[in-house]
Amino acid sequence: MINEFLLASPLIVISVSAIVLLMFDAFIRNKQVIYFSTIILLLIYIGFSVYTLFINPTQFGNISGTYLGGHLSFSTFASIFDILFGIAGLIAILSAKEYNEKAFKNYNEYYSLILLSIVGMTSIAHSGSLLMLFLGVELMSITFYVLAGFFRTKSASIEAAIKYFFLGSFASAFLLFGISFVYGSSSSIYFAQISESLLTSAVNPLYFKIGVGLLIVGLSFKVAAFPFHQWAPDVYFGSPTISAGFLSTAGKIAALAGFVVVFKNLVLNSTTDLNVLHTSELARNILAIISACTMLIGNITAISQTNIKRMLAYSSVAHAGYILMGIVSNSVEGYSAVAYYSLAYIFMQAGAFAILSVLEDKDGNNISLDDFKNLRATHPILAAVMTCFMLSLAGIPPFGGFFGKYFLFVSSIKAGYTWLTIVAVIASIISMYFYIRVILNMYFQSNDSPIGDVKIGNSKIAIAICIIGIIAIGIYPNLFYNLFMII
Amino acid sequence: MTELLIITLFLPLLGALLLLFFNKSNVSALKNFSLGISLLSFIGTIILLLNFNTASPDFQFYINIPWIPQIDAGFRIGLDGISILLVALTTFLTPIMILSSFSAIEKREKEYYFFVLLLEFAMIGVFIALDLILFYVFWELILIPMYFIIGIWGGKDKFYATVKFFIFTVVGSLFMLAAIVWVGVYVGSNVLNLASGFTVNYLAIYDALQASPIPMDIQKWIFIAFALAFCIKVPLFPLHTWLPDAHTEAPTPGSVILAGVLLKMGTYGLIRFNLDLFPQASVYYSSVIGILAVIGIIYGAILAMVQTDIKRLVAYSSVSHMGFIVLGIFSVTSMGLQGAVIQMVNHGLSTGMLFLCVGMLYERRHTREISEFGGIAKVMPVFTVFFSLAMLASVGLPGLNGFVGEYLTLIGSFTSPIYNSWAYTIISTTGVIFAAVYLLWMFQRVMYGQNTNPANHNLKDLNKREIGMLVPIVILILWIGLYPNSFLKVSEASTNKTVQNVMMHKSTNNYSIQLNK
Repeated sequence: MINEFLLASPLIVISVSAIVLLMFDAFIRNKQVIYFSTIILLLIYIGFSVYTLFINPTQFGNISGTYLGGHLSFSTFASIFDILFGIAGLIAILSAKEYNEKAFKNYNEYYSLILLSIVGMTSIAHSGSLLMLFLGVELMSITFYVLAGFFRTKSASIEAAIKYFFLGSFASAFLLFGISFVYGSSSSIYFAQISESLLTSAVNPLYFKIGVGLLIVGLSFKVAAFPFHQWAPDVYFGSPTISAGFLSTAGKIAALAGFVVVFKNLVLNSTTDLNVLHTSELARNILAIISACTMLIGNITAISQTNIKRMLAYSSVAHAGYILMGIVSNSVEGYSAVAYYSLAYIFMQAGAFAILSVLEDKDGNNISLDDFKNLRATHPILAAVMTCFMLSLAGIPPFGGFFGKYFLFVSSIKAGYTWLTIVAVIASIISMYFYIRVILNMYFQSNDSPIGDVKIGNSKIAIAICIIGIIAIGIYPNLFYNLFMII
Repeated sequence: MTELLIITLFLPLLGALLLLFFNKSNVSALKNFSLGISLLSFIGTIILLLNFNTASPDFQFYINIPWIPQIDAGFRIGLDGISILLVALTTFLTPIMILSSFSAIEKREKEYYFFVLLLEFAMIGVFIALDLILFYVFWELILIPMYFIIGIWGGKDKFYATVKFFIFTVVGSLFMLAAIVWVGVYVGSNVLNLASGFTVNYLAIYDALQASPIPMDIQKWIFIAFALAFCIKVPLFPLHTWLPDAHTEAPTPGSVILAGVLLKMGTYGLIRFNLDLFPQASVYYSSVIGILAVIGIIYGAILAMVQTDIKRLVAYSSVSHMGFIVLGIFSVTSMGLQGAVIQMVNHGLSTGMLFLCVGMLYERRHTREISEFGGIAKVMPVFTVFFSLAMLASVGLPGLNGFVGEYLTLIGSFTSPIYNSWAYTIISTTGVIFAAVYLLWMFQRVMYGQNTNPANHNLKDLNKREIGMLVPIVILILWIGLYPNSFLKVSEASTNKTVQNVMMHKSTNNYSIQLNK
């Protein structure tokens, strides 16, 4: 019994702290206390997640990795994603205080909302049933709608929230529709049982295919994959920069974790059953096409952007496309590449957004490409760090982004999707242009009025975590890859 | 000795990192420190060269440290007869480049010397890496310092040049990355049946591909993916368009290192990867690449003739001269290949020296237009001697280094059983004549005639520092020109091994699919 609680400890810690913090806010007037207790609780959560990573769930024979009647599952994969969400949350919270004070007002709900959304994300990664998956996605999405519209007197922020809410609800409906089809065809909502009935051919193949297809549609919405990506740039651009950084990293990765859960359990490619194989082939090919289009469209539209926040929003669409390659390959290598790229992606994308949030002024200015001209003169360190993030996003070694891309290429070629790798190469080439343009503006261009003094505050810790992380996993990749291979 | 190789590699990186702690305003300390580091690296290379066993074709000072065991990537480095010459060229040219930067770079010195040392680290790394991923990391790492060197310290059209340079290189290298992954999966899963199902160990891949080559229909594509990256870097016609822009806009030291070392990375890669790993496809494509090389020789020479900017002229002459190297490589004869290797060193020396001389003129007059000059020989007699030596070495005058390399590559292509045609040699020989035309004509217009332009009347002759950086190059130019054997014998064993390997696969002519399942 105690072991089960140990396995579930990250979930328990994060859910309890999210609720407790919300209550605290009503009684404690001191904002510093809430802020720091959020950080400490998040660190405890990360600590427990790291701890569970080193427990092998299979050693408790009686629960065999599942809990709560099969709704929750525990695996190395889930623990790794717990840590990823924790890191993304930590970066968001560390850089949020100064930004919120500057741009709007520092409300403490912000921190508990981020914790609440992490509860949703961990539920996705830990889901052992379709119901839990849906609950996790909904919990995450609803807090995201609030985070996107957090600046409630700014019209752009509200527009983002409304847009996100409407399209997100559509996506949830698709997801639920897909779940009902899968349930109808296999008469179970538990992944373990569905896999079993797939292997024994006790599933209606047509309805099952429709169900999986709808699940892909629903999750693609959440990942912002082509052709369901149009909301993403508008929402990321309109929401507060910190929220955008969190939405576009943690939110995307959580949805990708949902993809992994669905593909690992419902899309089986190592059976002899022709029906199952056909479903798997179909699902993977559809996702491969989605992935190819996502990275091409994301990068091509990013070229014409003149605002860095918007450019990063479009490029985040493309990065989701890259990560989908790992899910298409549907293998252990593929999933570990997904986890690895996600880690690198959190560091580089959240780091870049943290820098934007530092430089942005009260009215959301100072983040266009022109404003970044000659940034090195006034902010040499920020410019150097931004350069590293841009190079990493572009996939230039020795930064983490390169190895993430490399592992994805390996898994994709191993799975026989060489054409997808070539598309990814072409997409990366396109992306080089706009990433190096940022560096070009920061270093080579002159500017009469470069961005003046800014208050960095705790954001510098967040940026430091990101830059150390991106260099560390780039120079010594197997530090993390070792852990990730056991998924 | 292996430790020394590691030290030689990491010394510039260490220097670059230490440089970050220097005071920005203490410029002379920055200069002397980076010069000292690069000289230490050079001394390290000399010791390696003295301890190098020239009789062995294998990789020496080999070391294999596990890096990412799951995908069988390791920190694998080693030297053979080809790479040691190029490492020596790199560490020889870097101190000279740093010396020339003393006057050429007048702003943001700290960043500059940081990038220069980082660049040296990456260049050495490219030539000694025996792991495909390590090679790729170094290959891409070159881009970052070079991008900044052109972009910050470059001329007026630097943005265009630097973006073009970056995009061109990246286009090639990313396709190479995909090909590396494909080869790694093929060898790891299908040939060696490793647990990881993947390998990037160069030596393991080399041995595995000897026994079971990649099926010809796929090998052709893999060859193209690799060759694209390398041919862009060389640059081979028609992929050369980035070179004149990058050269024209780069500061003098940048041009020296770009022409001296960076272009050699392309030709080195063609030998190390394309010839060694894909011999069948090399034979298959050799005539296509040979023809492109010949076109490049002539086309570069003709374009060089009509240039009005001295630096652009030298840049186009690079396109022409690199054509000889590629022609020699794909002749796959031991003479052609040896000529190509020695010509890589030669081109680095003579073109590097030409760029230095052009830079010296530019520093005095701040223009590179040929029409602005005339009669310089009278006011700068010492300069004239060095400039004429560099120019004649580039033309290929017997007794100077350029002759040896060009002669060997031409004989190689003449006797090549793979080209199997005289046309290659005959047409490219005209390239030598063209070289004489455009270089001598340029020299005449710049150095001789009446010194009519009043701005040229009081030009200062070379100072001690400038003479100091040209003399070592002159010594090597004469040494290679008069007694090339001491260099040829270093690369002989390795080039012969490569030639035999390709010829063996040609004679068996077995393109059938051999999958070792």
